[in-house]
Amino acid sequence: MRALLLAVMLAVAAAVPAPVRAVQPDEVLADPALEGRAREISRDLRCLVCQNQSIDDSNAPLARDLRVLVRERLEAGDSNTEVLAYVTNRYGDYVLLNPPFKATTLLLWVGPFVLLAIGAVTVAVYLRRRVAPGGGDTAPLSEDERRRLDALLKDGT
Amino acid sequence: MRRFLFLLPLVLFVGVGVAFFLGFGRDPRAIPSVLIDKPVPEFALAALPGRDKADARGLATADLRGDVTLVNVFASWCVPCKVEHPIITRLAREEGITVHAINHKDKPADALAWLTRNGDPYDRVGADPDGRASIEWGVYGVPETFLVDREGRIRFKHVGPLTPAVVEETIIPLVKQLRKG
Repeated sequence: MRALLLAVMLAVAAAVPAPVRAVQPDEVLADPALEGRAREISRDLRCLVCQNQSIDDSNAPLARDLRVLVRERLEAGDSNTEVLAYVTNRYGDYVLLNPPFKATTLLLWVGPFVLLAIGAVTVAVYLRRRVAPGGGDTAPLSEDERRRLDALLKDGT
Repeated sequence: MRRFLFLLPLVLFVGVGVAFFLGFGRDPRAIPSVLIDKPVPEFALAALPGRDKADARGLATADLRGDVTLVNVFASWCVPCKVEHPIITRLAREEGITVHAINHKDKPADALAWLTRNGDPYDRVGADPDGRASIEWGVYGVPETFLVDREGRIRFKHVGPLTPAVVEETIIPLVKQLRKG
């Protein structure tokens, strides 16, 4: 029984195709170091057609064109930053999956921390206020109040 | 100050509402072009082979200086291109705007057949079989249309098929203004 189950599982595993890699064999550069850099750059570039995939993952024709372009620039002797600049000069920062820190992206980068700070201040203020009634800053009873309190306590007994 | 604190949730709600209204009204696929107000990129394309027009020349950077022109990126395999084609044709024939084309990743025979069937309003058609010039233009989806001024600077870009609204409200007024200036 166990052997049968194993056989079935193996058959299923073999039938399900492994995740398909978008990079085609004909795109791969002969130089492994250069190819490694190309893969690294491709993972940081957004595919503009599918938008939530990098060009390294995407099967879209434009992603392929950009992968080939990245490799051509590298073969021409560009540094990684030069290749990224080449692409952003044409498609804008939008193609970078890791957006740069600058005036227009300030909200994106700083926003979460600002919200966190607002939250922290709110909680701090709230906690402080909540402690206050039990704290020592309540006014002592006036003479009049004390007399009424005494009267009430006497009544109770 | 304290007395108005009860209004805070309402103010926040309105703020979030306005942000969502503006945010969801935008097309997430519309990517701001970095090329706006920049010179046309350096490129040179051969003419679409076999196009039988007296001036069937290619399209290059220098051709886009001297007149206000539209550059339309199209392909025969692109369905929305066919949808916008009557609008492009009207701009060229009735509004007298020079329209050039970049034939994006297409087979010349297919492109020619497409132009024969749907009409050919273009002045110059450059063939871009490998899509390389399109990358220079920052094209990410055909059809795309660029408006280029006399100095050869890109002034406006529309991604996707042109609509009558874009043409009437943006392109034609902008062309008039650029022709005057």
